[in-house]
Amino acid sequence: MASEAHEPITSQEYIQHHLTNLVCGKTESHGWTCDPHYSEEMGFWAFHVDSLGWSIFLGILFIGLFRWGLPKLASASEAPTGLQNFIEMCVEFVNENVQSIFTSAKNNLIGPMALTVLVWVFLMNLMDLIPVDYLPELAKGVGLEYFKVVPTTDPNITLGMALAVFILIIFYSIKIKGLKGFLAELTLHPFGKYLMPVNLVLEGVNLIAKPISLGLRLFGNLYAGEMIFILIALMLTFSSISVGLLGVGLHLIWALFHILILALQAFIFMVLTIVYLAMAHETQDH
Amino acid sequence: MEQSLIYIASGLMIGLGAVGAAIGVGVLGGKFLEGAARQPELIPMLRTQLFIVMGLVDAVPMIGVGLGLYLMFAA
Repeated sequence: MASEAHEPITSQEYIQHHLTNLVCGKTESHGWTCDPHYSEEMGFWAFHVDSLGWSIFLGILFIGLFRWGLPKLASASEAPTGLQNFIEMCVEFVNENVQSIFTSAKNNLIGPMALTVLVWVFLMNLMDLIPVDYLPELAKGVGLEYFKVVPTTDPNITLGMALAVFILIIFYSIKIKGLKGFLAELTLHPFGKYLMPVNLVLEGVNLIAKPISLGLRLFGNLYAGEMIFILIALMLTFSSISVGLLGVGLHLIWALFHILILALQAFIFMVLTIVYLAMAHETQDH
Repeated sequence: MEQSLIYIASGLMIGLGAVGAAIGVGVLGGKFLEGAARQPELIPMLRTQLFIVMGLVDAVPMIGVGLGLYLMFAA
């Protein structure tokens, strides 16, 4: 493997290398393995260890940071500083959004969930700003051939979160309106009960489109952003010095612009989660 | 021949996506300014909504750009 690393690689191989996950899984012939040569055989039991690891690490970082920043709350007389200010800002921001969007019923789960979604997705997106070669090269030093850092550029992660939201939508629809109410909403809604199949198709598409668009929007944005970062890095690697310097400027400009997209996509993911759950809590006909 | 078709395809993906989003964001921003001029006290609320919708619109051409560049350089 070490001898292969010194051969010149084409730009296509470079891009493919950056877009391949570290896959571990169970194969028929070799049992549990992380060898990329057997990734075709793994089928269902293939884990993208890098995406999972980074997302879990960032989740723990989020919980730890917010837990660690809070105990200073006890001294109420002095004004909060530093980290605590930041945490209060996040919580207030989420609280405001939840209160303005989620008006149809009372549910204590929504606020914490919205905060988690916002900060977690934002942290996962933020991994995109680390220059694309740093961590994969480090991983190569440890002996891992493929290493993809940004969890949200893996559709499994984004669609997994969207699936969790989808399950919550169905759970609360049934809990608030009853199974009958949920089915009635799906079948009786736009055209009345004599066109039930048409209603079912329309509302069914509506329901299924929610998680898919939620997950694919986040994935698509981050994937596109990562792709452009990789192409800029390619300018640095494969061209002359002048093009390389241009690449440094481009990288800076794109990174600055990308900060907006990263925060915005995390925010949109949160807002849409709240909106969908608010819709699931609405009892009156519309 | 096939390579040139790929270039044309990714050009169309990036270009047409950008056209649609540009029209959409243009209308959106115009309406935002109109609303802000009419009721300046609503600006904070309108700005939040503006960014939400802008993010929704922005997603489509960005995905197009990503897939277009993937087609051009990696496929």
